[in-house]
Amino acid sequence: MPVVSYINAITMAMREEMERDSKVFVLGEDVGKKGGVFKATQGLYDQFGEARVIDTPLAESAIAGVGIGAAMYGMRPIAEMQFADFIMPAVNQIISEAARIRYRSNNDWNCPIVIRAPYGGGIHGALYHSQSVEAVFANQPGLKIVMPSTPYDAKGLLKAAIRDDDPVLFFEHKRAYRLIKGEVPDGDYVLPIGRADVKRKGEDITVITYGLCVHFALQAAERLAKDGIETEVLDLRTVYPLDKEAVCEAVKKTGKVLLITEDNKEGSIMSEVSAIIAEHCLFDLDAPIKRLAGPDVPAMPYSPTMEKFFMVNPDKVEKAMRELAEF
Amino acid sequence: MTENRHKSIGLSDETAVEMYKTMLLARRLDERMWLLNRSGQIPFVISCQGQEAAQVGAAFALDRSKDYVLPYYRDMGVVLSFGMTAADIMLSGFAKAEDPNSGGRQMPGHFGQKKNRIVTGSSPVTTQVPHAVGIALAGKMEKKDLVTFVTFGEGSSNQGDFHEGANFAGVHKLPVIFMCENNKYAISVPVEKQLACEKVSDRAQGYGMPGFTINGNDPIEVYKYVKEAAERARRGEGPTLIETITYRLTAHSSDDDDRAYRSREEVEQAKSNDPILTFKAYLKDTGAMDEKMEKAIDAEITRQVDEATEYAESAPYAKPEDALTHVYAEEQ
Repeated sequence: MPVVSYINAITMAMREEMERDSKVFVLGEDVGKKGGVFKATQGLYDQFGEARVIDTPLAESAIAGVGIGAAMYGMRPIAEMQFADFIMPAVNQIISEAARIRYRSNNDWNCPIVIRAPYGGGIHGALYHSQSVEAVFANQPGLKIVMPSTPYDAKGLLKAAIRDDDPVLFFEHKRAYRLIKGEVPDGDYVLPIGRADVKRKGEDITVITYGLCVHFALQAAERLAKDGIETEVLDLRTVYPLDKEAVCEAVKKTGKVLLITEDNKEGSIMSEVSAIIAEHCLFDLDAPIKRLAGPDVPAMPYSPTMEKFFMVNPDKVEKAMRELAEF
Repeated sequence: MTENRHKSIGLSDETAVEMYKTMLLARRLDERMWLLNRSGQIPFVISCQGQEAAQVGAAFALDRSKDYVLPYYRDMGVVLSFGMTAADIMLSGFAKAEDPNSGGRQMPGHFGQKKNRIVTGSSPVTTQVPHAVGIALAGKMEKKDLVTFVTFGEGSSNQGDFHEGANFAGVHKLPVIFMCENNKYAISVPVEKQLACEKVSDRAQGYGMPGFTINGNDPIEVYKYVKEAAERARRGEGPTLIETITYRLTAHSSDDDDRAYRSREEVEQAKSNDPILTFKAYLKDTGAMDEKMEKAIDAEITRQVDEATEYAESAPYAKPEDALTHVYAEEQ
């Protein structure tokens, strides 16, 4: 199986879906001739032409809203937000419109749009090129939010998102784009949205996380394994709606759980995961739920010292895991 | 004798009378909804009154077999022209399960009916504008000969979604007709506190499309301009912005009291230009409709409104737990 980068897996998924279905098209800022500021759409303009790889005016609400209109008509738009931080002008379109179209029309209309956006820090992007925005959307029934950690998952889940009959927000960790490589089959496959995935089996402690932090957890788990501590790592993959069964199963297996997100801690995805655990499997716990997250400050600062302080990393994860194991 | 303007633009007497009937049906349904509201039978009404000529004149100028409409909350005249029935409107007023707009989930005025290409709408204003642009884009990609028609108030023409959508349509030369129904008030705020430019249509220039300000009380004039805009759109010449000058004859909604912000004299003056009255007079003056027809139409519409009210009133509500359905597609 070829080894490809996370971003190439995303490009592969879009190319294959555009080849498979003429209703799939891409729109966003700089997605055409330039191939995207991160090059996620590289080659698509040359292969499919400007009618299906559309460089839009710089206006995010229109990127989302025009995509939503096309989706209601029956197309399969993939709208790109250049950075997740810049999705804010489109929030009304995403929450008031995309999320509610099926429900408000009593199933008469639906909105099969995918909105892709690079998120996450650790790339000297400062406040407005580093944020995690999933929690903004993670209490909006009607939306699905996918945040893959590996190239394999990214390709299979993006294909599933494009074929999904409902709106999907697809957040890609921008530091993972070229850092993370993995085996990805050339051919067609899809992975189920709404299902978490065990990335490592272990009996002693459980880590539940998603996105780039999955890799931090796997690295830390290797270190702990040398001392005989075996870690179960559950990758949520879809952060909304959550795979409650997989969460409870992973908790029950070890009775000790560490929840990690790179987002601010309060009101994060991990707040909801904590609530699920407290509600459904509290008495399976042998230690209090432990969370590792960004600090509750507005966003990630630019200077390297402060950025490093904000970001989750393998050392911080290892420390938290050891504390939990020793509880 | 009054000049026959509808024939000169290719409209038969029958079509002109059909337009009048649709306007009148919208008006009578709206009036009935107010009665039902004031007698405590339905919680809310938001009116088309005063804007029926613009709505019906425009809708009749479209191809009602293939074009898409994205109405705003006052557009009862548009949706009736596009195939929604009096019963559908009343089912929505009573929030009954059979309401085709939303199954009783949305307030009245939140239109949507896929089989008639009436695109579902929400309450935050102007979000439908980019959708109209997206449907036009999709139609162009699929090589369909369709036009999208989207409406909004003059207050809404300040929203970012209007400007973003209009610009997108202008850049890509998409077959969209943007029609502003300028009824002079955004709830209580008058047009001079809404617009820094003189006319909403002045905004067309910024987006590379023609803009017109026309008499929204005259369905024939609206028909003519929308027809020409649709023809331009179908020829690949891009979008048009049409501002129809109307007047909102009622308060903003059943929850508003307009005496706080506009004079009775002003409203009475506007009522003398009520498009239902002026168009009726025109049809009679031109001989398109006589006294006998007028009476028959009145009786027929009263019957339709009565039947629709009765039907909707006795129709069942959705089951309480139906509130849980249709969040996502059903699992296959």
